Amino acid sequence: MPFSSPVRLGRVLESPWKLLTSAAAALALLSCQKAPPAETTGAASAAASASPAAAAPSGLTVGFIYVGPKDDYGYNQAHAEGAKAVSSIAGVKIREEENVPETVAVQKTMESMINLDGAKLLFPTSFGYFDPHILKLAEKYPDVTFLHCGGLYTEGKHPKNVGSYFGYIDEAEYVAGIVAGLTTKTKKLGFIAAKPIPQVLRNINSYELGARSVNPAVQTIVIFTGDWSMPVKEAEAANSLVDQGADVLTAHVDSPKVVIETAERRGVFSTGYHASQAALAPKGYLTGAEWNWEKVYSQYIQKVLKGEKWDHLVRGGFKEGFIKMSPYGAPVSEDAKKKADDAKAKFLDGTLVVYQGPMKDNTGKEIIPAGTSHPQTDIALESMNYLVEGVSGKVN
Amino acid sequence: MRRTGLEAVLVPLGAVGATLALFGAFVTAAGQNPFSVYYEMYRGAFGTWFSFQNTLLRASPLMLTALCTALPARLGLIVIGGEGALVLGGLAAAVAGAHLSADSPLFGSGLMLLAAAVVGGLWIALSITLRAYRGVNETISSLLLAYIGIALLNHFVEGPLKDPASLNKPSTRPIPDALMIGSLPGLDVHYGLAFGVVFSVVAWVLMTKTTFGFASSVVGGNVRAARLAGLPVERLMVLAGFLGGAAAGLAGGVEVAAVHGAANASLVAGYGYAGILVAFLARHDPLAIVPVAILLGGINASGGLLQRVFGLPDATVSVLQGLLFVAILASESLYGRLRFFQRSERKAATSKLAVA
Repeated sequence: MPFSSPVRLGRVLESPWKLLTSAAAALALLSCQKAPPAETTGAASAAASASPAAAAPSGLTVGFIYVGPKDDYGYNQAHAEGAKAVSSIAGVKIREEENVPETVAVQKTMESMINLDGAKLLFPTSFGYFDPHILKLAEKYPDVTFLHCGGLYTEGKHPKNVGSYFGYIDEAEYVAGIVAGLTTKTKKLGFIAAKPIPQVLRNINSYELGARSVNPAVQTIVIFTGDWSMPVKEAEAANSLVDQGADVLTAHVDSPKVVIETAERRGVFSTGYHASQAALAPKGYLTGAEWNWEKVYSQYIQKVLKGEKWDHLVRGGFKEGFIKMSPYGAPVSEDAKKKADDAKAKFLDGTLVVYQGPMKDNTGKEIIPAGTSHPQTDIALESMNYLVEGVSGKVN
Repeated sequence: MRRTGLEAVLVPLGAVGATLALFGAFVTAAGQNPFSVYYEMYRGAFGTWFSFQNTLLRASPLMLTALCTALPARLGLIVIGGEGALVLGGLAAAVAGAHLSADSPLFGSGLMLLAAAVVGGLWIALSITLRAYRGVNETISSLLLAYIGIALLNHFVEGPLKDPASLNKPSTRPIPDALMIGSLPGLDVHYGLAFGVVFSVVAWVLMTKTTFGFASSVVGGNVRAARLAGLPVERLMVLAGFLGGAAAGLAGGVEVAAVHGAANASLVAGYGYAGILVAFLARHDPLAIVPVAILLGGINASGGLLQRVFGLPDATVSVLQGLLFVAILASESLYGRLRFFQRSERKAATSKLAVA
């Protein structure tokens, strides 16, 4: 399969090295018919396509690329869990690579997965992979499908073989905020965030709005660390927030691991993000806002397997099954569970709108006038640049 | 001790051999066959035309950032802050590019890269100035300035220079497409490779064939002697720092002009730190930087295959790089002792004969 197109056959002929190695691999394959994993890649797969018996006719190789470690208890683990789930679909073979920076490295990883592993579908999962890396490769390999996490696809502007998906995870932050708001005794929640970008601000605001919907006196204190993976600063921020009186901590960074561990060590509660961190804080973990990429990935892969058309832009919240909550921890009261479940039910039937007027930001300025409401899909929410009333922190 | 002939070849080769043996043991402990791992690594780094280009692409920025450590090292200065020069160089290139017209692309791209080199050069020169005139340790100050450089990049990219259209990935305004520098003719490798090779050669000529280079090695050998000889020690140091920083800044400029098209946090990819490793492995010889950078580029290029084929963790290639670094540095102490080693071997051989 990998060398079925004339273009790539040309590349093979162009390079004596490649030809030599594929010839060598073909010999190796002839002499030994069993197929260890090494032979599914590279020159060996060139040989595989040469001998029709070795080629799986309807198989799909799917590549997953992560910006950090895939066991980070965070962003990358959430994607890796999705990848693991789809690896059991019949005819699907997955290839994974972790710690791939947003440089030419990711371009080469994608290209290597296409050329050496025969991947026809790629999930480069980091937000920063999209422009320019995915866009560049998508033009070069029009018969490969690139699906990116972040919701950045623009019709007419981006190549046809590119798609983008994202989840309204602030719904889950709202629900986690309700649990936090009903658990806190000091009425102070601590939120450690990477950068004041729209996506992050929306999570912080929804968390505070959720908490305030059940406990109007609750305040959320925000500390921005400046980048996505700064374990030392995250630990310092967590300690500082506990010192300021916060008794529930949460985070929006690539891996909330350090924050959750610090909270547990300091004897305060925590709510998670991206994946479940319950194992890190058996005493204080309340719940968490988790991605459910399994759902998204299996949807896409089923469509690609059947040769159906897939959507270029896919988004969803609780209703679409894109997100989920971590199971409630021991300290969560029955009242909190009930109120959280109620809110979740309202998200499921679409009756709960988080952003509706009148709403003020934390400098007292009106941001949403009375009578206006922004449902989840409203594009206006995607350029959010404020922190709502009750959040203590600064956007810039 | 002059390192000539067989010794200069055998000692580093021995170090590489020792590294491969140690790494083989590591891989075996991780449950894999070291020979198939080495075969895949070769295939992923040099075995196909695609992988060799991958290697060259990854080696390109390392050549330039290695010069940032290697040039000042000739004067006995240990600079480890190339990352700061790189990111600020990238920022300067992006700012220049966004303000230049695309009418004459060659001039525009040239100006962008020049801006990158000048800013990177000034950044390292600042650290060296503190050393030369104020006695501040340049190793510490260049490292701390690297953190400040990254913080400045984030500040400008998320604040005053932010493109309002870049919502969730704050970036500067994109540079015009016409100003992007493409790939080398016939290759899938950008011009950074040509800059890396050319600048390494130029640096070698500068350091071995010119008065500046001679004066620099006098300063590196003995500062007091250099002063007694009337050499402008401080100015030489600052100039070498500027040249090194300019190379790292240029690497950042190439990242912007050939890869990203704008400055953003993706510039902070650790090339500056990897360059330190390259410079030390090349023993600060600008010509040796080229093959060493290609070797490390190859190790990095093969890292993906190790993950995908063997399921080894990403840190595997870092283990290999670490072992290589330690082995090469440790092998430095073997120079001049090889003879002793041979003599004892001969002695062992005779005693064996005697027993027989």
